[in-house]
Amino acid sequence: MKPRPNYAAGAAATVWLAVIGVPLYALISSAVQTQARYGAGGPLAAPGHFTGANFVTVVESGFLRDIWNTIEVAAATVAIVLILGVPIAYAVVRGQGWITSGVFRVFLLGLAIPAQAVLIPLFYLINRIGLYDTLWRVILPTAAFSLPVSVLVLTGGMRDISREMYEAMALDGARPGRVLKELVIPLSRGAIATAGVFAALQAWNGFLFPLIMTQSGGDKTVTLGLFNFVSAYGANVPALLAAVVLSAVPILVVYLFARRYLVMGLMGAGGK
Amino acid sequence: MASATHTARLFRDRVARRRAAPAVVRPGPVWALPGLVFFVVFAVVPMAGVIYLSFTSWNGLTSPQFTGAANWSRFFKDGTVWQSTWITAALLVGNMLIQAPISVLLGVWSAGFQRNRAVLSAIFFLPLLFSTAATAVMWRQLLDPNFGVPAKIGHLNVFGGQWSSIAALVLVTSWQYIPFHTLIYQSAARAIPRSLYEAAEIDGAGRVKQFMRITLPQLKNAIVTSTTFMVIGGLTAFDIVLLLTDGGPGTDTSILPFKMYQTAFQTYDFGYGSAIATFLLALATGISLILVKASGYDKMRSTMEGV
Repeated sequence: MKPRPNYAAGAAATVWLAVIGVPLYALISSAVQTQARYGAGGPLAAPGHFTGANFVTVVESGFLRDIWNTIEVAAATVAIVLILGVPIAYAVVRGQGWITSGVFRVFLLGLAIPAQAVLIPLFYLINRIGLYDTLWRVILPTAAFSLPVSVLVLTGGMRDISREMYEAMALDGARPGRVLKELVIPLSRGAIATAGVFAALQAWNGFLFPLIMTQSGGDKTVTLGLFNFVSAYGANVPALLAAVVLSAVPILVVYLFARRYLVMGLMGAGGK
Repeated sequence: MASATHTARLFRDRVARRRAAPAVVRPGPVWALPGLVFFVVFAVVPMAGVIYLSFTSWNGLTSPQFTGAANWSRFFKDGTVWQSTWITAALLVGNMLIQAPISVLLGVWSAGFQRNRAVLSAIFFLPLLFSTAATAVMWRQLLDPNFGVPAKIGHLNVFGGQWSSIAALVLVTSWQYIPFHTLIYQSAARAIPRSLYEAAEIDGAGRVKQFMRITLPQLKNAIVTSTTFMVIGGLTAFDIVLLLTDGGPGTDTSILPFKMYQTAFQTYDFGYGSAIATFLLALATGISLILVKASGYDKMRSTMEGV
């Protein structure tokens, strides 16, 4: 049955296209304008006199190092979340008894803990551990606060593996370690990818932990770099906007090549 | 000793049973232990820690000094905390009033499989490629009273008044997060059985009636999920305030997390900051528990009844 065209919805969607599109147009066209032109024409001026100089300014200020730091933070966060989260999910889905169901409850409750609320004790804790001037100060709390959603996603994916599969492995006399390696991980790759993308996004978009934990300029992440840019290059708006554009490029790459996992990772929703 | 031999016997029995018939070997709780310890240390212990620190005086350098209920008696007399609470609530309500209806309509619209809808949906997704920090930095420049759009269309200072600043925060938050909530509604709307609409067509129900009688009730779970995200996100929206209004003008947009941040990390009053953080923690967990209970989200639920 072919749906009737819905003209009212079409009109509303066009309005929304303007709401989304106009700021993006202003962002990109301003990022390729000279400072003088931007000052005269403002963010919505017609494009012209394209220049890449703003991007050069941004790169020369060390923004690529910030991007590299963030990639390191994201990679380490994903590694910790998956190395710890996959066995947790396996134990929760396949284990029996009140301990494993209690573990699951801890992570469900953990969903409700806002990072802001525990920021001060975390700051105390990280300082006591004494990880001075390292990215671990950001990685450890980011990974901890990515765990509850990741565990939820991973258990969701693992619950779909049928009981017969486990019984077949048991006939082979497989121990839990082998079951995990040969059955659970290969069959929950979708959920693992989703949880990984979710953790990476948490690291990429995280602002609060870098703001509090970072001590030296060399350990800045992208979001903190943007924040510092505002005070350092406040008057050079096109350069600032060029930095905003650059900060989105890595996610754009993920969007183009792994759209499905990016969408699911954003929602932190089931790996099905 | 007695228990040791008992354990040994149990073990022997288990080994014997396994030889007899290959039972499925289940992973013990020990598999969850490393992750649990990590989470407890970096999330659960700090939760207890913030309550403890709210009874101390701490400047961030020396050791925290226990001061009893001093922070709390100050907290209950502190008018600026209540101001922050009201601003947080106003921002939350504003965000929900703007975001919820638009997200539902966009989500249902984009659930259709028409070509134009697919193309536009891909464009509508784009704000999600930016971090909250990047979005806030971008909008701060676009709305700047001296160089931004307001400077070109009359000298309007968006960040000069309380209500216009709150409106700007709602606008920017909505711009970034409506695409996210749209995704939730899109996947939920696609899961609604076609048969319901076919039956309604036969009964002669129009488009609006179908939306009100079928789509909205079927989206109940998505509405709960999306609302929970909005409330928690609204209570903890910190980056957007710091980067867009910096709590200003004055303290007019100083929401609770921002006030906590300023108190602790800018005036180094970590004890009193912990009291505000404890209040925030109670508020966030309390509201999410109420949401979960009120909606029956924790129970087995189904919108598939009657299909």
